Order: sequence, then C-alpha cells, then structure tokens
Amino acid sequence: MVQLEVFLQTLVSGLLLGGLYALIGLGMTLIMGVMKIINLAHGELMMVAMYIAYWLFTLLGIDPYLAVFIASPALFILGVLIQKYLITPVIKVESILPENQVILTVGIGMVLASLATVFFKSDYRSTPVDYASVTWYLTDYWANSPIELSISLLWAVSFFFSIMITIAMWFFLSRTDIGKSIRATSQDSDAAILMGINVNRMRSLSFGLGAAIVAAAGCLFIPLYYLYPALGGQFTLIAFVITILGGLGSNVGAIIGGLVLGVFESMTSTYIGMGWAPVGRFSIFIAALIFLPGGIASLLHRRRFGK
Amino acid sequence: MIQVKDIDVFYADLQVIWDVSFTVSPGEIVALIGANGAGKSTILRTISGLVPLTKGGIIFDGKPIHTMNGYDLIELGLVHVPEARRLFPEMTVEENLDIGALKGVAKKNRKANKEKIFELFPRLSERRRQLSGTLSGGEQQMLAIGRGLMSMPKMMMLDEPSLGLAPILVKEVFRVIKQVRSEGMTVLIVEQNVKQTLSIADRAYVLENGKLIMEGKAAELADNEHVKAAYLGV
Ligand SMILES: Nc1ncnc2c1ncn2[C@@H]1O[C@H](COP(=O)(O)OP(=O)(O)OP(=O)(O)O)[C@@H](O)[C@H]1O
Ligand SMILES: [Mg+2]
Repeated sequence: MVQLEVFLQTLVSGLLLGGLYALIGLGMTLIMGVMKIINLAHGELMMVAMYIAYWLFTLLGIDPYLAVFIASPALFILGVLIQKYLITPVIKVESILPENQVILTVGIGMVLASLATVFFKSDYRSTPVDYASVTWYLTDYWANSPIELSISLLWAVSFFFSIMITIAMWFFLSRTDIGKSIRATSQDSDAAILMGINVNRMRSLSFGLGAAIVAAAGCLFIPLYYLYPALGGQFTLIAFVITILGGLGSNVGAIIGGLVLGVFESMTSTYIGMGWAPVGRFSIFIAALIFLPGGIASLLHRRRFGK
Repeated sequence: MIQVKDIDVFYADLQVIWDVSFTVSPGEIVALIGANGAGKSTILRTISGLVPLTKGGIIFDGKPIHTMNGYDLIELGLVHVPEARRLFPEMTVEENLDIGALKGVAKKNRKANKEKIFELFPRLSERRRQLSGTLSGGEQQMLAIGRGLMSMPKMMMLDEPSLGLAPILVKEVFRVIKQVRSEGMTVLIVEQNVKQTLSIADRAYVLENGKLIMEGKAAELADNEHVKAAYLGV
C-alpha cells in the first residue's frame, strides 16, 4: 500500500510538472512550426518573464499569477522585435554556416542571460506568496481513504492555469482564421501566400505568441522555483527535449511530450534519486531520437483522421 | 483581364523566361503549353508574386500587380491553383476550403460557398473532416480547385490540374473548368494534356525554353504541324 501511495504521489507530481512543461513545449513548437527554426533562447525568454514577475511582486506586491497579464504582452512584443529585427535579416543572409538563425537564437539567449547577471546579480530570488504553504490532503476530504495523497495549492493553481492557456491556444489555432493562417503558414508558406496570407506577419505573430506563452509558463513557475539568471539555459534544454519528444512542430505532440517528460522526471527523482532527473530527461531524449524519430506526433499520425 | 508585358525572370543568375508577353481577356480560357522545364510554372509563379521579375510588367484588371505583395492578389480576384496541389496536409478538407476564403466578400459567403463546392465535388463532401494529406490524388486536385474557387475569383490560374489523374478524373476536372467558365470565370491553364486542353481553350500560347514561339486560336494550333509533332504526338 505504501508503495502504491508513493507511486500515485509521484505520478500526480509528475503530471503537475508536466502540465507546465507542456506550456513551455507549446510555445517552442509554435515558433518551430512556422519559422522552421529551433528557438534556443526559449528558456531565456522565460527567465526574462520571471524577472518581470519577480520585480512586480517585490516592488509592487503584484501576485505572480496576475503578472501573466503584464509579462506575456511584454514578451510578445520582445518576441516580435527579435523575429523582425534579428532573425528575419539573418534568414536573408547567405552564409557558410547552415542553420545560422538557430545559432543566432543561441546568441540571443546568451545576451539575455548575461544582461540578467549584470543587472540582477546571480542571487537566487523567489516570490514568497502568503498562500505558499497551503496543501490539500486527500484524507481531509475522504477520511477513510486507504492511501494518502497531497497537492500543494501553488502547484495546483499553476497546473490549472497552464491547462487553461493550453486549451485557449488550441482553440485559437484550430478555430480562428488567424490560427488557421498560422498553421497554413507552417505547413506550406508559398501556398499560404497564394491564399492571401501575409506570411511575414504570421511569422512575427508566431514568435511573439511563442514568447508570450513561455512568459506565462514563467509566471506560473516562479512561485514554485528559485529564479537566477542561468535558469534559462536549463529550460531551453527542457523545451528542446519536449519538442523532439513531441515530434518537431506538432502542437498535440508537444503537449503530450511535456506531460510524459514531467512524469518521467518525477519517477526518476523518486525511484533513482533526486539529482537524477536531468539524467532521466536526457535518456528519454536519446531514446526518443533512436526509437521514435518522428516523436509522439508520428504515433498520432498512424490514426490520420480528424485533428 | 490580364496583360503580361515583356517579362524576364531569373532564378539567381539563371534566366528562365525571356521577354514573354501575352494577354487573357475576360471570360476566355487561355492555355499555356510547353515541354517540361519550358518555364510555364515560373510564369504563373511570377504573376502570383512568388518569383520576382527583372523586366517588364503585369497588369491585372487595370492594376500593375508586379509591384504588389503576392498575398494581396487574391482580394483583387486573381487566384492561383498551383502545380502539385500544395494543400495544407495537416488540415481537414473543410479547413483547407476555409483558408481559401479569408478575406472580404469571400469570407462573408464562406459557408454558402463551401456547400457549393461540395455540390460541385460530391466526393469531397463525404470527406469534410478528413485530413487533406490523406486524400487520393484526384480528391486532392478537386480540393485544390475548390480552395481556389472559395476566394470567388474573377480569374483562375490552373497549373497542370490533370497531372497524375486517371482518365475519368481528368474528364471530371475538365468538366469543372468548363462549368466555371460558363459562369463567367476567366481561366489561364497550363497543361501537359495538350489535346484535351486545346479542346476546351479559346486560345493558346506555346512556350519553348522560356520564350513564346507561337500563339493562336486553340483549334488552329491543334492543326499546326509543329504543335502536332511536338505536343500531340501525331
Ligand atoms: N526554384 C528554382 N530554382 C532554380 N531553378 C528553378 C527553380 N524552379 C524552376 N527552375 C528552373 O526553371 C526552369 C523552368 O521551370 P518551370 O517549373 O517553370 O517549368 P515548367 O514549364 O513548369 O515545367 P513542368 O512541365 O515540368 O512543370 C527549369 O529549367 C527549372 O529547372
Ligand atoms: Mg510546371
């Protein structure tokens, strides 16, 4: 019974983490699909959003969850500017290096991380909200429950918002004309032009949206994590793993990939050891590359019907 | 309806179109015929703004369109159904049709027009929610034409609509072209299927190695010795 309890608790924690990972992966996938590049500054964009949330909390007492409404629009603008003034010009340049836009994103990430270090030092920061210690226990609601499970309020709220944002994005992409235009651009940009879509605008919009989504993820993460300038790199790697796991460019794949990675990391921490989560992350990454090169999207494709 | 005047087109340093001029009048079906690699698709892509021209100009409905953005042409009433269909493979049949009607009047009439397309191509109607990437070649071609029609164009440019289709589907495609023309559509068609194309076209131009070498009434070209030898295999 204890073993089952540990397993279920690990599963629950993993799903909660995975819900947030899904959001990070979704932002990266959106950029990947339309721009055809892997944005290796993704985690650093999230880090910037987290500093925004941190300062709003520390200076103005604004709740990190409300900071989404400021950090996401701010990062949207930052994303559009990066796409327009840095990435687009580089795409036009013919260079000896292939994929030089991807290398550019690495540079952007480094600049953001360095700026954060210069301005904010390498100190660990957090947003101690006063409801941080609230935890729900299963036995409080079901006294005779044979097993005990707990969920912290912060994790539950973050997970909830993450799912809501994911659903909203799904709705936007599948039901609205702009969402369809974004998908059309990612599937065939020349055909999109023929259908009257301003593909350059869709590219800016996707980069902005991708940045806004990861900004939202940052605001959902900051009550749960310590913030420091180098944190972005770690999350860039996580986003990268999720995108590969999900199958490059597939939104549904990224969402499932995020959940799978969250559960997998959580299981590794519980059953192998706390410090082993990154090892688990990279073993699943390598396993995906070898055994499932098309990612989760290729499994979904076997049932090529509907959305 | 459209005047193409003295255009030159290059891919990087390689010139593929030399000094090409032609016109299509309202209500006409005009065919552009030529061997593989002659530059037919390039001409259509240039008209659509996907490839830049280095000399000359293109006037559609009185407006110089070679200086415009490619994505604005559909609103003027000019639509291009490209070679190899170029559908959005991860979208359903219906979504592909929706994308054809993103702007203006076409958007307002989207729903009604979709039903018209489904009447025109009953096979698509049964497959509304199927991903277009999983359709058969013939169904994809019908969807590509349907997606073009959704924009309620004045003029359609069709690039090899019969490519890779079984004879019965080729007939179906040509039936649809005749039908839309009878409703007033202007058509510029590029085809390898020269015999059938000349039978529905009013006029035709012959393109060889990036240059127009002949033009005339379709019926007359069908009797021309050079055309017969080079394109009709007789
Ligand atoms: N993107 C490109 N880059 C470089 N050259 C190209 C490109 N597209 C086409 N070409 C070249 O331009 C010439 C004309 O090609 P185009 O596709 O217009 O011919 P086509 O008449 O449509 O032939 P087909 O009947 O085979 O479709 C060919 O020599 C082709 O190799
Ligand atoms: Mg061609």
